[in-house]
Amino acid sequence: MSAVEAAAVRSGKAQDGAAEAIHVENLHKKFGQLHVLKGVSLSARDGEVIAIIGGSGSGKSTLLRCINCLENPTSGIIRVNGEEIKLRADSHGHTVPADRRQIERIRSKLGMVFQNFNLWSHMTLIENVIEVPVHVLGVKRDEAIAQAEKLLARVGLAEKRDVYPAYLSGGQQQRAAIARALAINPRVMLFDEPTSALDPELVGEVLKVIGDLAREGRTMVLVTHEMKFAREVATHVVYLYNGLVEEEGPPEQIFGAPKSERLKQFIRNIG
Amino acid sequence: MLGLLHSLEIAVGATIVGLAIGVCGAYGKLYGGPVVRDLLAVYTTVVRAVPELVLILLLYYAGTDLINQVLSAIGYQRVDISGLVAGIAVLGFCQGAYSTEVMRGAILAIPQGQIEAARAFGMSPGLLLRRITLPAMLPFAIPGLANLWLIATKDTALLAVVGFFELTLATRQAAGVTKAYLIFYLAAGVLYLAVTLFSNFLLGRAEKWARRGMPSIKEAR
Repeated sequence: MSAVEAAAVRSGKAQDGAAEAIHVENLHKKFGQLHVLKGVSLSARDGEVIAIIGGSGSGKSTLLRCINCLENPTSGIIRVNGEEIKLRADSHGHTVPADRRQIERIRSKLGMVFQNFNLWSHMTLIENVIEVPVHVLGVKRDEAIAQAEKLLARVGLAEKRDVYPAYLSGGQQQRAAIARALAINPRVMLFDEPTSALDPELVGEVLKVIGDLAREGRTMVLVTHEMKFAREVATHVVYLYNGLVEEEGPPEQIFGAPKSERLKQFIRNIG
Repeated sequence: MLGLLHSLEIAVGATIVGLAIGVCGAYGKLYGGPVVRDLLAVYTTVVRAVPELVLILLLYYAGTDLINQVLSAIGYQRVDISGLVAGIAVLGFCQGAYSTEVMRGAILAIPQGQIEAARAFGMSPGLLLRRITLPAMLPFAIPGLANLWLIATKDTALLAVVGFFELTLATRQAAGVTKAYLIFYLAAGVLYLAVTLFSNFLLGRAEKWARRGMPSIKEAR
């Protein structure tokens, strides 16, 4: 069964007929000679939490970064909110977005959280959180501030609103980065290994925030190494191996009764 | 005193022109196509290789001549380009080459993740430059740009050779008339020093402001 057919089967049995927020079909990504993604398909309906797992170099971060074109896919189809990202080949034969404004519009609906937080270091936390609403989405400044204060309170950082990121712990920075992503009221949250750069004792506070978001029904795509966490919050788990979807399914099946030998070994090694 | 004022006018003007060229040049060198990059490489190499005095003489005489030839060729009257405008243009052109390199280094020093985050949230290139790249590179650029500003204040003295009435020429004339060489040249030196001291004070404040998000490195000694 080809990847395209697999995607069709999967979307056919997705629950409640909820609208598809993200649809990826037969995605290929090459970095020069290196073929990182070899035809991956993925679908996220509203309310779903998709966890992407896999060993290092399996292509899971690249897959996530292709969704908002931080990496330009070599070929394949990406739809966000049912809108297909238009791609074209440039003069060097690389695939690039055909319409910059479309990409910017789509990106402003996807809340991205990075492994290394990537907060803007010349802005305080509150300035970080209101930056995109005010300057990209055109929200009024006082409205944005009111909303940002609520979001910072939600991630437990209300009293840190006027502090610069460099003065905070990794866990605090990552919670602020989640608040920044929530501030754009995203259709989908994208998490790229959000706890991989954290000290072990700080992982819990960040996972708790992400877990709360999952429980309130936010649509999320999450690349993670935290298997226990993926099992708890994900509605669907995708195991990538060597640029292909090796196995996918509900977490009970993936972690409880894996079929593929590689997945079995992966879970043994990591657990 | 008028000479000092003229010197400062030129230094400020040249620095502004230089900064504008620097931002465009740095962007072009980092993100431009191969042709833009090559042209900028030629510009920064040539300007930084040739002594400023030669450039000033070349651009001032040849430049104004060229402009007037072009103007008369397309049927306009010859214009008298003011020494101030010419001085700003010439020194700004030189400054631009240096500030291109200062800013290129500063932009490279920004953690790339911060620029990536701005792209990931849908910022357009112009907004990204204004809101993220420029303020984030400032702490890395200010020491180098401060150097350039101080050099600019002193390079204005070179314009004396083309007869522009700035501090050095004013001093020479005053000294020549009164024969009080020591007093006048010492006074000129003191004025340049005062400009530098005052600049240092302001630049220190500016650097402190630009580094507002960065912890002091004193404790990391």
